[in-house]
Amino acid sequence: MKSKSRFTRNDAELLLISLPTVIWYVLFTYLPMFGIIIAFKNFRPLPKASFITSLIKSDWVGIQNFKFLFATPDAWIMMRNTLGYNAVFIVLGIVVPVTLAIMISQLYSQKLAKTCQTAMFLPHFLSWVVVSYFLFAFLSTDKGLINKTLESMGRDLITWYADPKYWPYILVLLNMWKSVGYGMVVYLAGISGIDQSLYEAAIIDGATKLQQVKHVTLPMLKPIMIIMFILSVGRIFSTDFGLFYNIPRNSGAIIDVTQTIDVYVYKALMSMNNIGFSSSAAFLQSIFGFITITTANLIVRKIDPESSLF
Amino acid sequence: MAKNRKKVLTSGVERFNRVSLPTNILFSLIFILLALLTVIPLIFVIIVSFSSAESVRKIGYSFVPLEWSLSAYQYLWDLRQIVGRSFMVSIGTTVAGTIIGLFLNSTMGYVLSRRSFALRRHFTLLIFIPMLFSGGLVSTYLINTQVLKLGNTYWALILPIAVSSFYIIVLRTFFQTTIPDSLVESAQIDGASQLTIYSRIVMPISLPALATIGLFLTFGYWNSWFPAMLYIQSSHQHMYPLQYVLMSIEKSIQFLTDNAQFLITQEALRSIPQESIRMALVVIVVLPIACSYPFFQKYFISGLTIGAVKG
Repeated sequence: MKSKSRFTRNDAELLLISLPTVIWYVLFTYLPMFGIIIAFKNFRPLPKASFITSLIKSDWVGIQNFKFLFATPDAWIMMRNTLGYNAVFIVLGIVVPVTLAIMISQLYSQKLAKTCQTAMFLPHFLSWVVVSYFLFAFLSTDKGLINKTLESMGRDLITWYADPKYWPYILVLLNMWKSVGYGMVVYLAGISGIDQSLYEAAIIDGATKLQQVKHVTLPMLKPIMIIMFILSVGRIFSTDFGLFYNIPRNSGAIIDVTQTIDVYVYKALMSMNNIGFSSSAAFLQSIFGFITITTANLIVRKIDPESSLF
Repeated sequence: MAKNRKKVLTSGVERFNRVSLPTNILFSLIFILLALLTVIPLIFVIIVSFSSAESVRKIGYSFVPLEWSLSAYQYLWDLRQIVGRSFMVSIGTTVAGTIIGLFLNSTMGYVLSRRSFALRRHFTLLIFIPMLFSGGLVSTYLINTQVLKLGNTYWALILPIAVSSFYIIVLRTFFQTTIPDSLVESAQIDGASQLTIYSRIVMPISLPALATIGLFLTFGYWNSWFPAMLYIQSSHQHMYPLQYVLMSIEKSIQFLTDNAQFLITQEALRSIPQESIRMALVVIVVLPIACSYPFFQKYFISGLTIGAVKG
């Protein structure tokens, strides 16, 4: 064994190999981390000065940007939407795939199970841009399948993209539609890894199918469920930008139920060109995200050290 | 009864432990329904793309159009200057991104898999911290455009999404289990440097893992539109990848319809199969994925399961 305290030729070679990736991490993840102080600055790009000099030279304004942000009703609405949707996604994102994975593992026909699983995995490989067109084909006000059907039945048409009351359901359903196949694959892999003798023992003890699920399958899946839970709780302040931006087709009429922090940050940066608003919202997102993932992990580590993520 | 049960048990626990037949039928129906729910929208969009403009105008998007037509694809072919170019941008960034991504992720994955490496703990931390904390969109955007000068370059479509800590962990776990330290050490005794070992030994025997990550990268790049939306301005439309053209063709068609009455006659407007054009473009974007992923599925699944191993 080589001594760990000295930097050997072997270490130098390994360092050299990994150098490009190290540089990538510094440029694309660590540099932006320091750029986060922009939220506490009144940032103005100085003429003929590099971005970093402008950033350093612009005035510190303390929490002024945050005060302005929270003076707008947008701030509360996007917080509510982000946390609300994520809470629903986290619960459904564990309950539904686990249930379906257990169900599909019970099918008599392996071929049917395999085919259905493949089909249900498809949406995972599609981008939200594409999915937004899928949805549009059904919901378009004048051409969509649903409205055309309503029309032929003599019912009133629904202006889907202008009516906020449908959107919470649409977004939740669509998110499930896109992610459930992936979740199912993860849990199915967990189920196939369970030692069959556990089930045999349960059968000899006279356990019914439901009891087997409750006392064998679920406890064995618990570690995966906990890791998926921590990961999603850690991302409770971030949302899938494509889902909330492309799917509602950026419709202003339904913004109260579709605007999340990510969408707001993007719009404030690009269309409103307001760096103060967008950087303070992005700052809160990063900090709260960090706090939630470490807290969730800490709690899990207290209860069950084996299941924690780190 | 007891005797009967014992007999069944020996003839196959699995057979005995099956759900009842009605339950199986119910479950099968549920899954057939769910599978159809994922496939039907795709089929629907394909049908719309082959519907004539006339049909769409009269009965809207329908599973049974009044008239079939290739005019949407004809029109896209006429637009090949724009669409073809974007197709090349998509393919180019996908290929280049996959190669660069594989290189960057696998080198770090390999280095982290070597227990003897003095900086192993530091580098593990280096890739771990960004999983917990990120600079957020604003500062990332400003750094990439102002400091790294990536705006309106192809690099902007490739580099920001080339590396992922998740991919590195998957590869590291794979290297740890398949490439024993003794193998590396014996090669070193033969005079090989780590670079030689990485390129001549590690890469060839790690093809399954590289295929997995390569596929993740390929599908990721093919589906990516966010970097284009952020970093490519509308003055550089020739650099749009297909996914982003799909997003913005919507705007241009919308624009055309909104202003049509001032620009062209209703007759001319009707002749453009605009409703089916969008869907034809969706089909062009989706079809390569939909046709190929069933064959690659097993690599994805193996990647997901390796990734689940904690480290």
